[in-house]
Amino acid sequence: MQETISFTPQIAASPIAEILWLIPALPIVASGVAALLKRAKRQTSATLAIGSMCVSLLLSLVAFGHVLSGWANGQAVRETVNFTWLQVGTANVDLGWVLDPLSAVMLVMVSFVGLLIFIYSVGYMAHDQNFTRFFCFMALFAGAMLAVVIANSLLLLFMAWELVGLTSYLLIGFWYQKPSAAAAAKKAFLTTRVGDVFFLLGIVWLFAQTGTLLFYNHGAGSIEPLALAELLTQHAAWGLTAAGAIGLLIFAGAAGKSGQFPLHVWLPDAMEGPTPVSALIHAATMVAAGVYLIARVYPLMAAGGLTGGTTTALTVVTWVGAFTAVFAALIAVAQNDIKRILAYSTISQLGYMMAGLGMGGVAVGMFHLITHAFFKALLFMGAGSVIHGCHEEQDVRRMGGLKADMPLTFIAYAVGMLALCGFPLFFSGFWSKDGILEAAQHWSLARAPFYMLVSGAFLTAFYMTRQVVYVFFGIWRGGKPAHESPLVMTAPLAILAFFAMALGAIGTPAWPWFKAFLDGHTAGFALSGFREPGLLALMGASTVVVFLGLGLGWRIYGGPAPKPEEPDALEREVPLVWGWLSNRFYVDELYGVTVIAFYGWWARVSDWLDRRVWGGAVAGVAWAFGLWAQVNRFLDTNVVDGSFDKGCEELGVGGGLLARVQTGRVQTYLRLLALAVVALAAILIWSSRA
Amino acid sequence: MTPLAGFLLMAALLFAIGLAGALTRRNAILVLIGIELMLNAANLNLIAFWRYGPHPEALTGMMFAIFSIAVAAAEAAVGLGLVIQIHRHAHTTDLDAMNRMKG
Repeated sequence: MQETISFTPQIAASPIAEILWLIPALPIVASGVAALLKRAKRQTSATLAIGSMCVSLLLSLVAFGHVLSGWANGQAVRETVNFTWLQVGTANVDLGWVLDPLSAVMLVMVSFVGLLIFIYSVGYMAHDQNFTRFFCFMALFAGAMLAVVIANSLLLLFMAWELVGLTSYLLIGFWYQKPSAAAAAKKAFLTTRVGDVFFLLGIVWLFAQTGTLLFYNHGAGSIEPLALAELLTQHAAWGLTAAGAIGLLIFAGAAGKSGQFPLHVWLPDAMEGPTPVSALIHAATMVAAGVYLIARVYPLMAAGGLTGGTTTALTVVTWVGAFTAVFAALIAVAQNDIKRILAYSTISQLGYMMAGLGMGGVAVGMFHLITHAFFKALLFMGAGSVIHGCHEEQDVRRMGGLKADMPLTFIAYAVGMLALCGFPLFFSGFWSKDGILEAAQHWSLARAPFYMLVSGAFLTAFYMTRQVVYVFFGIWRGGKPAHESPLVMTAPLAILAFFAMALGAIGTPAWPWFKAFLDGHTAGFALSGFREPGLLALMGASTVVVFLGLGLGWRIYGGPAPKPEEPDALEREVPLVWGWLSNRFYVDELYGVTVIAFYGWWARVSDWLDRRVWGGAVAGVAWAFGLWAQVNRFLDTNVVDGSFDKGCEELGVGGGLLARVQTGRVQTYLRLLALAVVALAAILIWSSRA
Repeated sequence: MTPLAGFLLMAALLFAIGLAGALTRRNAILVLIGIELMLNAANLNLIAFWRYGPHPEALTGMMFAIFSIAVAAAEAAVGLGLVIQIHRHAHTTDLDAMNRMKG
């Protein structure tokens, strides 16, 4: 039924591939212009950002259409435009961009979700005095993210990657007057930097080995078979090949960006930023950049694996992803901040994507990435709508009964929640999560990731039920009554809700279009797809798990909700476990007493060295120079100045003596003249006689 | 004593008197008179050396004397003009008071 179509070598890139750079460039230019605007030019700034995103979306759709038509004609499109950026000695540093199914899908997703969130932000940020700055940063982020997507060079990707990190920092700290926001921004920046250092090491290593950082370059790229074969012959430490080691280093960067354990600690704190930022950057796009990166360098990660086998790098990806999925889901159970619950949920879902990549390949992970982007953006924007309607209240215990007050938000949120839980058949999350579970079930190395992911699914259903019950059911426990949000906020919710349901249709086993599109197969509609052995049983099992989670959540929290000050229902049952969960397994505290304490100690040592040792040396040198200066001053005043002064004085005295001859009296002159004549005469007479 | 030596002695005496007058008088006009005396002593020398020299038939000595007298007359005119100007300016002809021409 499936037939592989090969990537045909491209002689010349199509016109749309040639101008692909415009897609990230437009929002970046819009951001640059917005940066020059006065603070009062709110509408101009928003118009620039939204307008540039509209054009980028249109171009992305054209690019997607181009790839799609190529695919429909049995030709997998991979068009690259490369150019030399630097020449260092004999080595060229090339940059470039690529248009292939992977980047086309991501382009459409990022620009579409980005555009919706931009529109939503107009409503959400309406009362903020730094509205102009907000859109400047948002547009810069969107441009950088789109650049990550189209990059055909690991270096260009890294540059955009860092730009994305910068805007993340700027936007988390957007309300920098709040100390917690400033600290969260710093934490996010520094934590992701840990991963990026490894990432950079991987890049340098790859460049040293292959001499290029381009992904695809007509057979000469760094992740094309020729370079990979070369990398596999090189051996790094611990039985790893160079390909595996570089893959692991790149994965460390991806783990930092995508909030994988143990670098996940920044993501929940990042919720200090405005909610549209959380939706765009910390749910839909930037955190998914790590997953996208792994998908992009997948040939490198998978290099050396036998058919159906796996590699060390992919095994590590799988274990980290599966562990993060269940770990973060556990923490999410015991959080009370509406956005923090979603943040841990995001970490958990990113773990699913990583595990999906590790076990099932690019298409499995990317499908969950795309569906997750839509429904998690939907959830975050729904949460933003709730926060907006509840007058900036974020504690779910102080909400309740919003079902009646905010019906539109409730419906949209419920759709997002069911998609996230993986409610069967009609929600995209079900299909993408099932794809990952199916891959986990068939994984050859171990069964544990499968059970971890299944328990993660159960926990997801449980904590989302808890949250929805707290927020939308029961009675209102807050202060001022809540109100529904304006249309500019609810309309994007409705659009996203539609996609959160509809997107599942492109990845069902009956019509695995998405997988076929990414992998370069043809795909047909056939219900026989469900007949694969064990598939229906798996779907049934995951359905049962989801219903168990929903049911248990409803059973525990469905009753009258406790007062905000009272302990949680689960806390009464298992206080010890609750303590661990609500304190996030004390990971932050662990880092506090290890890494941060070490840095504090190291900083104190450095300070002491600076003050005592280096400072002392500098002070000693300064003292010696001071002494030398004193000697010089003594020499100057007593030797140099003395002799000079003496000479001047002698000249003065001589002049004074001579000046006394010039009395101004004519007769004195005459007298001297006469004396001189007499003396002259005397000399003449005396000499003539001799 | 030859007549020449007598003239020369006479001229030397005249010069010495003129010099003494020029050096000792404080009145500018009297100093000028002293200078005239010294000039005339020189003229007397010129005439004496010509009259008792080897070629008394050529009029060289007389020509020198006449030129010298003309220059002396011009000098006296300039000198007296200066003295008059100084007198108008400073209301004195005392040379000791005129000591401002120095560095």
